[in-house]
Amino acid sequence: MNPVNYLYLAALLFTIGAAGVLIRRNAIVVFMCVELMLNACNLAFVTFSRMHGNLDGQIIAFFTMVVAAAEVVVGLAIIVSVFRSRHSASVDDASLMKL
Amino acid sequence: MTGLAAAASQTSTGEAVQFWLLGIVAVIGALSTVLMKKAVHSALSLAGTMIVLAVFYLANGAYFLGIVQIVVYTGAIMMLFLFVVMLVGVTAADSLKETLKGQRWLAAGCGLGFGVLLIAGIGNASLNSFNGLGTANTEHGGNVEGLASLIFTKYVFAFEITGALLITATVGAMVLTHRERTERAKNQREMSEERVRGKQLPPLPAPGVYARHNAVDIPGLLPDGTPSELTVMQTLRNRGQIRDVSNESLDQLKALEQRSGERLGRDNEEEEVAK
Repeated sequence: MNPVNYLYLAALLFTIGAAGVLIRRNAIVVFMCVELMLNACNLAFVTFSRMHGNLDGQIIAFFTMVVAAAEVVVGLAIIVSVFRSRHSASVDDASLMKL
Repeated sequence: MTGLAAAASQTSTGEAVQFWLLGIVAVIGALSTVLMKKAVHSALSLAGTMIVLAVFYLANGAYFLGIVQIVVYTGAIMMLFLFVVMLVGVTAADSLKETLKGQRWLAAGCGLGFGVLLIAGIGNASLNSFNGLGTANTEHGGNVEGLASLIFTKYVFAFEITGALLITATVGAMVLTHRERTERAKNQREMSEERVRGKQLPPLPAPGVYARHNAVDIPGLLPDGTPSELTVMQTLRNRGQIRDVSNESLDQLKALEQRSGERLGRDNEEEEVAK
């Protein structure tokens, strides 16, 4: 097996995550799909690291994980506070700024 | 593993088998994350996908990232997701009504096109030489040591900024979820006085029907068989979510009596008595 297959898998997972962000309405599930996309990117980084034979790709993947953790903390706090004020976790309901 | 990874552009048969088996699991997990109706099921399938990805990191020679993936992602982040699903409510399902016409099909089409472009791009790139991580991992004595020597020399500035980012995120989450108390908390004396001044001095009667139902939304029955309003909480009363079982329990009682009468042959006796 050629290790390029890991890249194809990463592309597939990223695509599924992107489609999920577009299709789903529940804010929590949309967030999970974003996490899926981040994970697919990490897989690509690790595979590239193996391809080039140096560890820089793994460092970038490590930083991606840290940023993802920070993003999840703030994003879930926003979802909880929106749910408190509007009693809904649907992304369609937050449409106050719409004309 | 590192020796195998170093071997030119082909992996071992074992890794190929592992890739195809677990790759299918990962794709199924990703698809069910998108397609499952309940957020809890989505979270669990996403956790499965992340564990599979951790195994792939280990297979690619990224030992540190593999462990961190399990500890941080499936251990911390997915549990955080489950906590929020618990807070926001499992019942908060997606509305099936489309606000934009045909948005779902357009989104699925966009996703398909994007995937085709991405995969065709990878297919066209010449990615045939794989150096493997063998030398990079052994250079400083191991994967973790190699990562550490890079993080604390070349990437030290990014590392410091990351620390600032984490502190900011923590403070942000605290600010966002913090609620100010708008009125003074009652002390024990005021609470007890309020209770004595209220209408109901003893504890409220319990809900449920003895030995049949003990759910909180079923009112207890008074001696004459009518449901008692007091036994169900105010919220459920206002929402009209009370299940009245007074007739049902009377019917069941009647059926029970009839059955026990049939078993004991009481009907015959009654008929004989009637005669």
